[in-house]
Parts: sequence; structure tokens; C-alpha cells
Amino acid sequence: MDDTLLIRGTRVESRLFLGTGKFADYNLIPRVIKASGAKVVTVALRRVDYATPEENMLQYLPEGTILMPNTSGARTAAEAIRIARIAREAGCGDWVKIEVISDQKYLLPDNFETIKAIEVLAREGFVVLPYMSPDLMAAKRMADAGAAAIMPLGAPIGTNRGLKTRELVQVLISEINLPIIVDAGLGRPSEAAEAMELGAAAVLVNTAIATADDPVLMAEAFGLAVQAGRKGYLAGPGATQRFAEASSPLTGFLRNEAEVTP
Amino acid sequence: MTFCDEISKLKDTDVAGLLGRGSQPIGSILAKTELQPQDFMALLAPKDPTSLEDMAQAAHSLTLKHFGRTILLYTPLYLANYCVNHCVYCGFNATNPVPRRVLTLPEVELEAKAIAATGLQHLLILTGESRLHSSVSYIKDCVDILRKYFASISIEIYPLSVEEYEQLIAAGVDGLTIYQEVYHQDTYSLLHPKGPKRDYRYRLEAPERAGQAGIRTINIGPLLGLYEWRSEVFFAGLHAAYLQRMFPDIEVSLSLPRMRPQFGDYRPQYPVSDRDLVQGILALRLFLPRAGITISTRERAELRDNLIRLGVTKMSAGSSTAIGGHTDSKDGIGQFEISDTRSVDEMRKAVSALGYKPTLKDWHDLRLAS
Repeated sequence: MDDTLLIRGTRVESRLFLGTGKFADYNLIPRVIKASGAKVVTVALRRVDYATPEENMLQYLPEGTILMPNTSGARTAAEAIRIARIAREAGCGDWVKIEVISDQKYLLPDNFETIKAIEVLAREGFVVLPYMSPDLMAAKRMADAGAAAIMPLGAPIGTNRGLKTRELVQVLISEINLPIIVDAGLGRPSEAAEAMELGAAAVLVNTAIATADDPVLMAEAFGLAVQAGRKGYLAGPGATQRFAEASSPLTGFLRNEAEVTP
Repeated sequence: MTFCDEISKLKDTDVAGLLGRGSQPIGSILAKTELQPQDFMALLAPKDPTSLEDMAQAAHSLTLKHFGRTILLYTPLYLANYCVNHCVYCGFNATNPVPRRVLTLPEVELEAKAIAATGLQHLLILTGESRLHSSVSYIKDCVDILRKYFASISIEIYPLSVEEYEQLIAAGVDGLTIYQEVYHQDTYSLLHPKGPKRDYRYRLEAPERAGQAGIRTINIGPLLGLYEWRSEVFFAGLHAAYLQRMFPDIEVSLSLPRMRPQFGDYRPQYPVSDRDLVQGILALRLFLPRAGITISTRERAELRDNLIRLGVTKMSAGSSTAIGGHTDSKDGIGQFEISDTRSVDEMRKAVSALGYKPTLKDWHDLRLAS
């Protein structure tokens, strides 16, 4: 069966998305992408430096990479909208990860401002992937506003604390008819696998790989963990929950009996 | 309550005396997820080498977690050295017979081109305090030119009103650097005998006014050497924590500049050793895990390289403290002597060699989009 992730009609061949911050050397980035198998890579527009070629992160992305600029640094919807437009004018394509953060302590996203930004950008034809605090009603509004996927946090950015929001993410996976991509907070490959087993469509990882002693090896480990978690989801209890059974294998005989009883 | 009001409650407390007391155990402090001011005090108290190394290890891993292996590079651009203040420790003191100069707008553009050619995208512009020679409207005109060349422009000028900060932010300024110089109020009065800078409170509250005006980054600090360093670092740390609390969307950072030889005969009354500086940086990093820490070319190359792993996140490079210093072949008199004279290119290579990414751009001017 074809299990390729589809985002707004685009086939995405890997369920591991990568962030590009905090790396000690841009030369690591193509190696990390290759080792992990990732296809979607997010880059903060604030760090794209066109003035100095060797400082331009975009030069380090292998061919076939889907670039997803992000609005890091935006404190309001208006700022996020401006960053998205600048990115598109600069040739970064139509994908954008909306990230609106006005709290530097916990770096928790502002769902209200994010919804406002999605409404505008989706109308302008962007493929909008919002980073959000996992809240069902906010996610519904983001879907209604035109989001192409929903990216709830597993734990605050950069904390490497794992899938602390498990229960809330599970609600989104059950209720929202869009890919749910767990973004932020995953610190270990096993935690990425956990999110995938839960039914996440993909995960986005940055700090855990960038600050590992061996980022390339860690990238490979995350790539494998994501595949393992996905297969576990497809093979295991997730599959039985996803498809309603027409009859109950163990108690079906009771119903049959009832049917023949006058 | 402003920060000035908050610390006035400590006016009668001998903070320097408290901080100078014997070594305190720090193991339990390093295990905490969030430090309180009393923990910060304990980290600033005298330490044996083992405790200092333990602090360094903890500071290193916290910095890695929050900032990764990256160092943001920037450079200062001195626009003018006219000054009406009488800061007794400063080379540009109004009474010092140094040649005074203010860059013309074409000269500003030449300096901008020279700096931009090095690849740097983050600029810090400086003036003395002279509303006559370096007025807010002059600085605004300079920013109009500079924003064509740089991704981020910060100001290190005299304290402004909220409205004036708003004007400069609208023109393209996104960062404020302002040093209180000395937090200890009696010493402040002694060292600033004349001029508008005598007003301790107006200067101390400048970051709050810039915050109200919507600035994106604020960098503060004491000038080490003017008073007991432990007390000065303690108050600077409290000040940064206050700004983080009051303005959760602003990136707050700190510098710990040490007095350098300058024109004039003032010599620091409270010398600060390398070991003291390191302890100050470590204590700040542990107390304020997400605050940026800046180290300038006042410090020598070897020490700066060693400080990278201890919590520093921003460094100046290719600096000149003279007016027109990025284009003039002849050396003008600078505000103070530079110690690390490496070029931007050499700095980039040195940072890379240490396993860190020298970052030239970490902001984008949002006013360019419709």
C-alpha cells in the first residue's frame, strides 16, 4: 500500500522534517539531510543571508529538498505575514511554517495570532503549516482558515523533553482531518518513534540533532526511528482503531443469535 | 514598579559585603531548573577552582541547549564623539582635548560599504551625548542610509524618551545597547559629576522606555572596574531578569565590559581579573539561561576564544572605536583601546576552528515587505 505523506497534493517521501538552527557548521546540513532521509527542511528567513554566498543556508540544501521557510522572530500575525511574503519574494516558494512567539521564556506559540496569519496567507496561496500549542478548538480554526497541516509542539522548543503533550496531540490526531506533525521538544529517537506510533503524520526535529555530539549519526537514528514508529502505527493497534469493523470477531455470535430470535 | 524602584529597596543593604563572604556550596543550585536571586548571589560569592569548573560545565551545556554552537558577530560604527558629559573614566569626556568629529552622511555611507564588504549584517551605531552634534534626527538620517546595507541596526547612544525611541524604531532600529556603567548609586554620582548623564534614574529606566516603544533586543551591563564587580554583576543580572519579566517578547542580553586604557589618566579603582570575569559570565548564564552574553574586542583574542564555550553568544569583530575608523587610513583617537584586533575574516575562521558557527545574520528588516 502507498503510505506516502501528502501535503496539499505534494508527495513528501519522508516523515521526518528537519530544522536548521543551532548547527556548528552549515557543511553539516547536507550530510544531516542525507543521513536522515528528510525531504522537508525548515529555514528561518531571519538567518538567510544572501549577501555572502557561503553564509547562505539555501546553498546547502540538496536538490529535491522541499524548502519550508519559517517566521522565527515574528511576535504578531502582521510580522509573520510580512516574513512569509518576503520569503516568497526571495524565491523560497509557497510553503511557510508560521511561528508566532511573543514569550521568550517558554517560547510557546500564540495560537490566536497564528490563526489570523493563516487566514491571510492561505488566501494568498501559501501552503501554510502552523506551529501551535496543541488545543483542539485552535486546531479546528486553523484547519478552517486554510492550514495545510497542523504542527503541535511535543514540549517547548529546544527542551528535548519528549512528547509531554501526548494526550492533547492524540486528540488532534483523532479529530483533525489534516496531517498532524509533532514539532518541537522531541529529544530522542525513541520519542520520535512514540509520536509516530501514536499516529502523527510526521515529526520535525532540530535541536536534538544539531546539538548532538555526532549530528549526522543522530540524524540517521531519527530517520530510522520515524520509519519504525510509522510501521508500528500501521501494523499495530492504531490500524484497528482507524477502521471500524463491521462485526465483532469475538461477540458477533450474540448479535447473530439475536437476529434469529423472534 | 520600575527597576529603579525595585532596587531602591536594597539601598541600605551591603550587597557587596554579602557577596564577598566565603565560599558557599553550589551543588544543589546547579541541580535546580530555575534559579532565584539568592542562588545567583551564591554563585557570585568566592569560589574554589573545582566549583568554578562545575559552574563552567553547567553553563556550557545550558548555552548549547539554548543557542547551539553559534556566535553572532557584529561591529560598532562610531558616528560622532561630541559629548557634554563628564564621565571621569571616558576618553570622550567633554573636558578631554581630543579632536571632535561627526560623520557626514556621505561618510556614513562609505563606512557602511566598508563594513558590509566584510559580510557583517549586524551593526551597532554609537554617538556621544550631544543633542546638538548628534541629534535624534541626525541618527535617523544615518539609519536611513545604513538599513540598505545591514539586517539589524542597534543603537548605543544617550538615553531617549519613549517617543524618540519610537521614531528610531520606525526608521529601522531594532536593538538598544545601554550600559548603566555603575549600578552602585553613590559611585555613579561621583563618576558623573556634570552633564545630563548625572541623572541615574533616567539612564537606568532607558531600557524600559525602549521596551514600551517596541524595541526587539536590549543589551545592558555594568562597566567593570568602577565598583565591586560582584555587586555590579548581581544588579545587572537582576536588571536583565526584570526586563525579561516585564517584556517577555524582547531578547535581553548582557555585556560585561572591563575598563580599558583610554585617553586621559583615569585608572580603574576596582580591577577585575580574568577569573572574576569568567565567574561573572558563568553566574549570569546560570541565572539567565536564555539571555545573550556579549563580549567585545576590549578583551584579548585568546581570552575571547576561551570564553566562547562558557556562555558567550555574541562577539564584536573588526572593531574600531574611532570616528570613521572603518575607512580612515590614519588612526583617529578611539574611545578606548581595542585588544582583539583580528579582522572579521580572521574572527570567522577562529570561531569555526573552535567548532562554532560564526553567524553574520540573525534578523531581517520587516519594513521591506508591503
